[in-house]
Amino acid sequence: MKRALLFLGGILLTAAVIAWWAVTSQTSWSEAEKATLRGLWIGSLPALPPDPSNAFADNPQAAEFGHKLFFDSRFSSNGKVSCASCHQPELMFTDGLPLAEGVGATTRKTMTIIGTAYSPWQFWDGRKDSQWAQALGPLESAVEHGGTRTQYARLIDEFYRAEYESIFGTLPDFSDRTRFPEAAAPMDDAAIRATWEAMAQDDRDAVTQVYVNMGKAIAAYERLIMPAPSRFDQYVEGLINGDKKAMRAALTANEVAGLRLFIDRAQCINCHNGPLFTNNDFHNTGVPTAQGLELDDGRASGAMQVLKDEFNCLSQWSDASETDCAELRFVSSEGEQLEGAFKPSTLRNIAETAPYMHAGQYATLDEVLLHYNHPPIAPVGRTELEPLGLTAKERSQVVAFLRSLSGGVIAPPELLQAPK
Amino acid sequence: MKKQQLTIIITSVITTIVVIVGFILLMPIIGPRYMHPMMMGEQSVPNSLDTSTSRLSDEGLFQVSWSSDLDIPPLNKIHSWTLHLETADGKPVEGAEILVDGGMPQHGHGLPTSPKVTEDLGGGDYRVEGMKFQMPGYWEVRFNINANGQSDSITFNLILE
Repeated sequence: MKRALLFLGGILLTAAVIAWWAVTSQTSWSEAEKATLRGLWIGSLPALPPDPSNAFADNPQAAEFGHKLFFDSRFSSNGKVSCASCHQPELMFTDGLPLAEGVGATTRKTMTIIGTAYSPWQFWDGRKDSQWAQALGPLESAVEHGGTRTQYARLIDEFYRAEYESIFGTLPDFSDRTRFPEAAAPMDDAAIRATWEAMAQDDRDAVTQVYVNMGKAIAAYERLIMPAPSRFDQYVEGLINGDKKAMRAALTANEVAGLRLFIDRAQCINCHNGPLFTNNDFHNTGVPTAQGLELDDGRASGAMQVLKDEFNCLSQWSDASETDCAELRFVSSEGEQLEGAFKPSTLRNIAETAPYMHAGQYATLDEVLLHYNHPPIAPVGRTELEPLGLTAKERSQVVAFLRSLSGGVIAPPELLQAPK
Repeated sequence: MKKQQLTIIITSVITTIVVIVGFILLMPIIGPRYMHPMMMGEQSVPNSLDTSTSRLSDEGLFQVSWSSDLDIPPLNKIHSWTLHLETADGKPVEGAEILVDGGMPQHGHGLPTSPKVTEDLGGGDYRVEGMKFQMPGYWEVRFNINANGQSDSITFNLILE
């Protein structure tokens, strides 16, 4: 009987050691994990990369001008839509809607502009390859701003002539209505397009040059909008400094458990990597088609569009040399993996930017986690996801961690509201 | 049955019960990860993976090596490689036609970009532009080489942290 007790004691001791090891392994990070966390830390964000396609990208006067344009609703067909209508600073430059609403209804959710200066591709499908080219898309979209570049050139003439000329040089005279019609642009609308094509090439170029400079000014403004450090970043800072107290103050045990799942079993980090929590590439995650919308093939169309985009990096309107355009020159433009692929959102401030996915298919982060846990068959192409087998508790831990990524925006305060 | 035998049987039964009950009790802490890799839904990198940057091509025709213009191939950053090509007996191969391909075998997708050999630098060196990796993990990069009327291919493995 003595021997049995000895046996039992030994086993209990072993169990205790295993339990202790299991618990500590949940609260400490390996060197590899530390390196991963450091990669997600906002301190790893490199200096703002130059935009060689935009000669005015870092011009403070252009940024100030872009700020005004961003909030000016006169640049629309009904005088009511500005960039800020959908990119609202108080909602982390999104609008809280499943689908963006301009002068009409769009088929995609508004993406934030925070930190987009770091992305080689803009929009969910990457159909634009710079911030300035992106800014010009909605301005001539029939369902967003709904206006035309001749209308906008005339508005610049009327309201911003002096400011424009101080940055970009002489503004042509657009007062001749026969040479510069009311509404002309290379848009889908047949009448507007025909009017545009009837214009002399030099006149068209004069208008387009002003339009391009508007985009470059807006981009100069948007480049200044960056994500602010979050509690997660304070946690990593604590980890780097070996400051356990700072770590405990930054994240709860539940949030840390969510972080561990994020970089490990939940596999979020495959695509949501780097200090902006996005690789800015394109992935098919099999998100169902939103009710009432047509099938969306995402990057497959986006890649074709950016290659023939009149404002891409290699275009005459870009200030970049060919060597600056590596992303465009070596773009992957065919193959099944582009079908139904969309850009992963930045997860910084993600809790503030519901609903989620490219057409706002999911209202909450809990719904998003359910999707990743049991990925459905993709409506087009093939999903890259595999079932995760997370328990309800584990899913709630990942969501808790995601909420710790809200840190707001860093920008001069006057840029986060309409100009005075 | 002797008393001693009974003690041994009882001890082993108790031991088994304690181990099983202990394991069940520990499950919420340990999680399913230590039960079986299959339950994790992710594959680990093959143990014997050859990640060397200089290798003999599949049919043994060429000795091929690569280097990145940034020390370590970075995550999410487009960059260039230099490929060096020699015959199996060490003579530089010039004027080769080379195609680039690759992907993540465990995720079933290709490279995010379409890299190309853009310049024959001479001396067996070739510039490969448009290299990019957008996920951490196990990558393959393949080169199909056509030179001196012969063709061969080579697959390099790399692990991105």
